Amino acid sequence: MTGNSKNKMSALIVDDDKVVRRVHGKLLTQLGFETNAVENGQEAVDLFTSGECYDFVFMDMEMPIMDGTEATQKLREMGVKSTIVGVTSCNVEAKKQAFMEAGLYACLEKPLTRDAISSLLEQVTKK
Amino acid sequence: MEVNQMQRSFLEYANVLFREGFLDGQFSQLQMLADESNPDFVVEVVSLFFEDSQKLLNDLTTTLDQQNVNFKKIDAHIHQLKGSSSSIGAQRVKNACIAFRNFCDQQNVEGLSFGSSITFAFLFQLEQQIVAAGGAIPILSEFS
Repeated sequence: MTGNSKNKMSALIVDDDKVVRRVHGKLLTQLGFETNAVENGQEAVDLFTSGECYDFVFMDMEMPIMDGTEATQKLREMGVKSTIVGVTSCNVEAKKQAFMEAGLYACLEKPLTRDAISSLLEQVTKK
Repeated sequence: MEVNQMQRSFLEYANVLFREGFLDGQFSQLQMLADESNPDFVVEVVSLFFEDSQKLLNDLTTTLDQQNVNFKKIDAHIHQLKGSSSSIGAQRVKNACIAFRNFCDQQNVEGLSFGSSITFAFLFQLEQQIVAAGGAIPILSEFS
């Protein structure tokens, strides 16, 4: 984990919806993350390109400009090693499969819950 | 004594909102996010949701009124509204979105107009109910 000087894990929320960014941001902050948020996949890629780094990326699937699948693919091509977690309410299996194959660690149901994040952290710290 | 009575009546009112399907367990999750640093978190997020949703539905109506309807754009609007309503536990609004998104696949303009009117109505209903409850509903752990 890269973390920062306060030893908090860092998380980037990538979602085109303001309400979702606010709710997920608050949830992750309460769970001890340092958070940042952007509106689409392109902005996420730009952040990493500029040298910023995050332990976790919570990536929405369907976004304008650049969707989650394309953004995940691009980040992995760039060599980004962050734990990228897909977050979606989509129930089309083919789309979710493509999303996973783009390089996700896991895909979680939207909206994120405390329990889902706790299980995720447990799994990630085991590896 | 007064505070307890208030809490009781808010609890009864909240029970109605949950029982009638206006809100689901996600709303309880939202309430747990209010803390010392953000005591008005629920009010803030719910207000943001209503502002954004109304704008989304207005945009959707405008798009539907065009001669050549852009169904991809409409689908994106409905998807976004579904996401934000589920994030605050606005169950009826979320379910309405799931239901009328089908009209998009069918490119059914009449169905979409009907669907967006119903969703607007549910949104307005929810807004009224929350305002009537004073915007402060105690956490119901049995619904979380």
